Amino acid sequence: MSTWEAILTIAGLGLITLLTRSFFLLPERELHMPGLIKRGLKYAPLAALAAVIAPEVLMTHGELIVTWRDARIFGLVAATAYYFWRRDILGTILTGMAIYLPLRLVLGW
Amino acid sequence: MGGIPFPMNIALLRATWRHPEFRLGARHMVSLALGIAAWGLVTGVAMVKTGLSVPLALFMTFFVFAGSAQLAALPLMAAGAPMWVVWAAATCVNLRFVIFSAMWRPYFARFPLRQRCVLGYFSGDLNYVMFMKRFPDPEHRVPDQMPYYWGGVATNWVAWQSASVLGILLANVIPPEWGLGFAGVLALLGVMCSLLGERATWVAAGVASAAAVAAYALPLKLNIVVAIAAAVAAGLVMETAERAWKRAHRTGAGA
Repeated sequence: MSTWEAILTIAGLGLITLLTRSFFLLPERELHMPGLIKRGLKYAPLAALAAVIAPEVLMTHGELIVTWRDARIFGLVAATAYYFWRRDILGTILTGMAIYLPLRLVLGW
Repeated sequence: MGGIPFPMNIALLRATWRHPEFRLGARHMVSLALGIAAWGLVTGVAMVKTGLSVPLALFMTFFVFAGSAQLAALPLMAAGAPMWVVWAAATCVNLRFVIFSAMWRPYFARFPLRQRCVLGYFSGDLNYVMFMKRFPDPEHRVPDQMPYYWGGVATNWVAWQSASVLGILLANVIPPEWGLGFAGVLALLGVMCSLLGERATWVAAGVASAAAVAAYALPLKLNIVVAIAAAVAAGLVMETAERAWKRAHRTGAGA
């Protein structure tokens, strides 16, 4: 890809950020949304987060992992436990990393 | 005061900055900043490692400002894929924002088009989640909404961009085996746990996880869209079933 092509591609990507994030903000007229859709979309952010997290933790190179010796599993369990104990997100990240990093760096999991 | 819109002048900027809700929005985002920064760092490194020059990577981070779309686009750009394929991939990864924008609408509809675009552009995933948790009702506490929004957005933007720039500059020094991306996953995990409540939400999260893994082979990260659709359906079915069960139970108890 030449530099100009890369610049054009990136400019397009920026436009896509703008258009997708403000998609339903663009029309001037009031949008009518049925109650069922409104209730259903409540679950969308939760689903998006779960959908990003699950493959990151449960898969390697597009395959479901088959071993329990995976640092990510232990990090995830510890982090989840900490969250429901203390309800604090920073502590959740630190706990997860405190379990994950030694398993990964020392044991090579 | 009908709520503070996009801070266009110094007086408004100062009023927003000093508003207690601005601080609160910022504080809520600071607890996530470590995860945001870890992910920004990973994205910064990825841009340079897949072959972008430092100026192009800087252009990308400040202009595109969408980590998952950038991470999806980079390998395609490196492989010399046609431009429309790169754009299609980024659009698919960003489809969740289209859904979020429908939910933002009742909060932002009172502003003119240009401001709505600005508000949409800066609204990342975590801004959306935190804002909707604080203001579940669009009519409620309207003057507090914009300061809270900008507090969260400013913190998210600074944490993301500073880490991304650091990643761009240190791309060849940071060892990949540190697994910094995992810190970003943990930040998302924390936010996800904070959204779990009623039984239907647990079912929705379980269904989304399973669907995202099962549909992983789909191109362009479409598994995320499949997972959202499946989870929305599952959540609605659960809600309906629980309501029907409660109604039946109540009738039974009353008889």
